[in-house]
Amino acid sequence: MPKYAALIYSPAETQGTGTPEDWARIMAEYNEFGEAAGAAGVLAGGEALHDTNTATTIQVKGGKGGDMVTTDGPFAETKEVLGGFYLLECADLDDAIKWASRIPGAWHGRVEVRPVVDFSEE
Amino acid sequence: MSRSLSETLRLEGGQVLATLIRMTGRFDLAEDALQDALLVANEKFSDDRLPDNPAAWLTTVAKRKALDRLRRESKRAAKEAEAMSMLTSDQDTQPTDQLRLLFTCCHPALSPEARVALSLRTLGGVTTKEIARAFLVSESTMGQRISRAKSKIASAHIPYRVPEDHELPDRLDAVLNVIYLIFTTGHHAPFGSWDDRVDLADEGIRLARMLAELMPDEPECLGLLALCLATAARQPARQSRDGSIVLLADQDRSLWNQRQIAEAAELVDVALRRRRAGPYQVQAAISTLHSIAKTSEQTDWPQIVSLYRMLEQLVDSPVITVNRAVAEAEVSGPQAGLELLDTVEGLDDWHFYWSARADFLRRLYRGEEARIAYKRALDCDMNETDRAFLTKRLAEVG
Repeated sequence: MPKYAALIYSPAETQGTGTPEDWARIMAEYNEFGEAAGAAGVLAGGEALHDTNTATTIQVKGGKGGDMVTTDGPFAETKEVLGGFYLLECADLDDAIKWASRIPGAWHGRVEVRPVVDFSEE
Repeated sequence: MSRSLSETLRLEGGQVLATLIRMTGRFDLAEDALQDALLVANEKFSDDRLPDNPAAWLTTVAKRKALDRLRRESKRAAKEAEAMSMLTSDQDTQPTDQLRLLFTCCHPALSPEARVALSLRTLGGVTTKEIARAFLVSESTMGQRISRAKSKIASAHIPYRVPEDHELPDRLDAVLNVIYLIFTTGHHAPFGSWDDRVDLADEGIRLARMLAELMPDEPECLGLLALCLATAARQPARQSRDGSIVLLADQDRSLWNQRQIAEAAELVDVALRRRRAGPYQVQAAISTLHSIAKTSEQTDWPQIVSLYRMLEQLVDSPVITVNRAVAEAEVSGPQAGLELLDTVEGLDDWHFYWSARADFLRRLYRGEEARIAYKRALDCDMNETDRAFLTKRLAEVG
């Protein structure tokens, strides 16, 4: 069965904002999704990520074994930041889209669905 | 009517490809196998000697070619066996194969441009070069667009099926839009001939007919076919000898295709009786009313006005209001048309908005304002035929 990564993006300016009540409401929405997707056997993994101000970007310059450059912050400054992801196991893209549309991130931000490479098929 | 070998193969190819994709589960393999089969057909047959049942012949040969290709490509016996079993089970051509292919090509996860190109390439058998020419992009751009879409279908596992009932309204809309865009691209193509060019208007009608036959219970499918037919019926009279555009009111109605008009009228009747009106049915009804009028004066303008009102309820677009204004002007005079146009916003870049306004002003003997409006129209993007027409009109108002 194909796997899809559902990448959850939200507007950068909303990071760290919101009242405790907002958070509680959003967490409840995520729990609801997790339970439904889990019960349907669709959920193959997923994590929430800390804010991008906790991100560190690493690059090794000059090829393998070269100089490591460590930078504070995310790789690209964008208007929308990756806040978490799910790994969904679905029959096909229609099924994946259907589940992705139930992730709260789809209405608080957006969800990008990407098929996961299956190396056994190559 | 006898068809040439190449035309026969092109027309039957879509059906064969659709079946092969279902059987192999792979777009690329199915396409390659079909190409192999077409090569054999071109060697074996000629314009004078066509296979009795071209689709069946092509399917049989292409299926064998697909197997050959699988054997060559896969070293793993398991894969081969799996492929063999797929190919031997359920081999019959199913009419819904083409529907599956159409819905896959028009999947919302593909870009609108790719949907059109892929539908023409797979179901219409139109070459990438011809599609590129019709949509005014380079052949390599179009080639990339098509191959990117095909690789997404494979990698993202876009399903090869007709959507379920609850998904159908949205998904069908996308299919109807693609077919109508193919038709209008052909219909509005810059006049002038391309050698042995596939006529996209004909191709649009062919796809609309296929859809209407496969989904006869969906009134919008009948509406789309009717709209294409009613519009195409007037095509022979749209252009004068010198290539300039002839307005509907001035067209020689004896040139109109009465067979297409009659079919359109019947389809509209059948569709509207289902009492599930939709934008294509209403536009088809409007177009048919134009086409059945014996003279321009006999056009049922009040009925057209009320159909445009209905269309405004179904589709939220100021373009429809502009069209209603033109019809209102026929019923209640140019002043009424002008007043309605005054309520329209956001169409400053559309030449038809300005030319409609200019026409009302001209008929109200407000020459100076008409002249300004024609000039505004000419500032907009449009094809050369429309530009020539508006330039002539501008000269006439002085």
